[in-house]
Amino acid sequence: MTFTFKQRSILPGFGLSLGFTILYLSLIVLIPLSATFLKTSSLTWAQFWHVVTAPRALASYRLSFGASAIAAFINLVFGLLVAWVLVRYSFPGRRLLDSLVDLPFALPTAVAGIALTAIYSTNGWIGHYLQPLGIKAAYSRLGVVIALTFTGLPFVVRTVQPVLEDLDKEMEEAAASLGAGRWQTIRRVLFPAVMPAALTGFAMAFARAVGEYGSVVFISGNMPMRTEITPLLIITKLEQYDYAGATAIAVVMLIVSFALLLTINLLQVWGGRREKTRPALEGPPIPVQAQA
Amino acid sequence: MATAITLRNPVAVATKSRPATTEDPFVRWLLTGIAVLFLGVFLFLPLAIVFSSALAKGWTFYLASLREPDAWAAIRLTLIAAGIAVPANLVFGVAAAWAIGKFDFFGKSVLITLIDLPFAVSPVVSGLIYVLLFGLQGVLGPWLAAHDIKIIFAVPGIVLATIFVTFPFVARELIPLVQAQGNDEEEAALTLGASGWQTFFRITLPNIKWGLLYGVILCNARAMGEFGAVSVVSGHIRGRTNTVPLHIEILYNEYQFVPAFAVASLLALLALLTLFVKSAIEWKTKRQMAHLEAAAAVEGAV
Repeated sequence: MTFTFKQRSILPGFGLSLGFTILYLSLIVLIPLSATFLKTSSLTWAQFWHVVTAPRALASYRLSFGASAIAAFINLVFGLLVAWVLVRYSFPGRRLLDSLVDLPFALPTAVAGIALTAIYSTNGWIGHYLQPLGIKAAYSRLGVVIALTFTGLPFVVRTVQPVLEDLDKEMEEAAASLGAGRWQTIRRVLFPAVMPAALTGFAMAFARAVGEYGSVVFISGNMPMRTEITPLLIITKLEQYDYAGATAIAVVMLIVSFALLLTINLLQVWGGRREKTRPALEGPPIPVQAQA
Repeated sequence: MATAITLRNPVAVATKSRPATTEDPFVRWLLTGIAVLFLGVFLFLPLAIVFSSALAKGWTFYLASLREPDAWAAIRLTLIAAGIAVPANLVFGVAAAWAIGKFDFFGKSVLITLIDLPFAVSPVVSGLIYVLLFGLQGVLGPWLAAHDIKIIFAVPGIVLATIFVTFPFVARELIPLVQAQGNDEEEAALTLGASGWQTFFRITLPNIKWGLLYGVILCNARAMGEFGAVSVVSGHIRGRTNTVPLHIEILYNEYQFVPAFAVASLLALLALLTLFVKSAIEWKTKRQMAHLEAAAAVEGAV
């Protein structure tokens, strides 16, 4: 078999479109990104290690990753619930609510940031109910979790929703007719089917939360060692003209981002393969084809 | 949690005449209630507080906050940045969709992953990479300074950062769409003697127009609202290098809450408009799909 770069096609414009795509990608994304790694190489390994493991940096990773994990988990649980309710139940205002789910994608992060701060500060709409309970929501780590929950809210809902919509009711009916209780059906039939999508959504929400800046800086209070997230630490170092330090931390974040991107891609492949193999495992898919 | 009750009491479930694939009405109500409450607190309240705070001192004060010269300058700069970034990424998205969607070539999946890259990068890091490339300390900094070209802490840097963070929007919307539509129609047009550009403008473009619009409005919403990346490259010069989100931050940090929320309400309105257009397109394409499926079913029956 000989190696062919491109399959034969009568359509024109392959060279032009691919050439432009690669040129634009290189100029905007690849070259600037590699400049970052180039800049880090001006540090020795010992210097780099010293910067990225400084106590203040470690505290910021703990907060960024910890709060992101908590927020992504909240979004996993409530995202599954919201997707379920939006797909399976009908109630007044369902379509409006369905469109509103994407608000965190559409609302600029700075607007979300000041709005959430106003809601959760001690005299805010929710904050003044929390204060007597001794809960400090704004200017605390809890505030960071709240902001990250907001920014990651649509991911799980939007990854799980199409899977639930495509799910055949017959599978649930079969489970029920074979004597499974409702909870058993949900746990043994529905849950495994939506799991890959839900985990993909979880990973996406987590990845987004780790890098999030705008919605967090207003509500977090930005105290070093306590409520300082990693992206803010990069900004702080930049403002002190510590370019090498900022770059070192940025490289750590980039490596984490790439690892997460890889994880998400693998999760999607896993989810996609399940979709494809399911009919084969469960007998001939005749009824489905007859419908179409 | 609540659904576990049905498991513990199977007799009670069996005696009720409801389909086996749905839950108890009480459970249904409870789940719907929790979901609505969650979305209400996290989505509706932030929107409500933006508009109520913006109008806290009345309409005259609201309009005066928007007419302020620095606010105007910020709005103008945001329009310029989005006005360059969105068309640039639109052209890129169409080119990428044509190359990836219409042809099979080696390394295609790697290219798709690379296009998604900017979504994985933190906004702050997105801004930083341009500072490292074009800033005074950066790789090209000394050369740019010698030729008196300012990119960082100036408008070009803001435009570049905006292009970076909105890079994948149009492309990732169009690639699956072009792939799904296949090459049959284009091949037919070419066989009948249409030129390449004719085929693109008369066949491909009409087929992908809704997906294109979808990508463009999402791209635009992000371009106008980007905060982190632009904040790093802007230098925050009032009236000169402040975009709308940066202007909101300055007002807020100066405790000018009502003007901050007034300017923020513009972006909130843009977000609502974006969601509205997005839902309308989704509704329209869903109906088209239903039509196509119905037509296919009729054809199959005949």
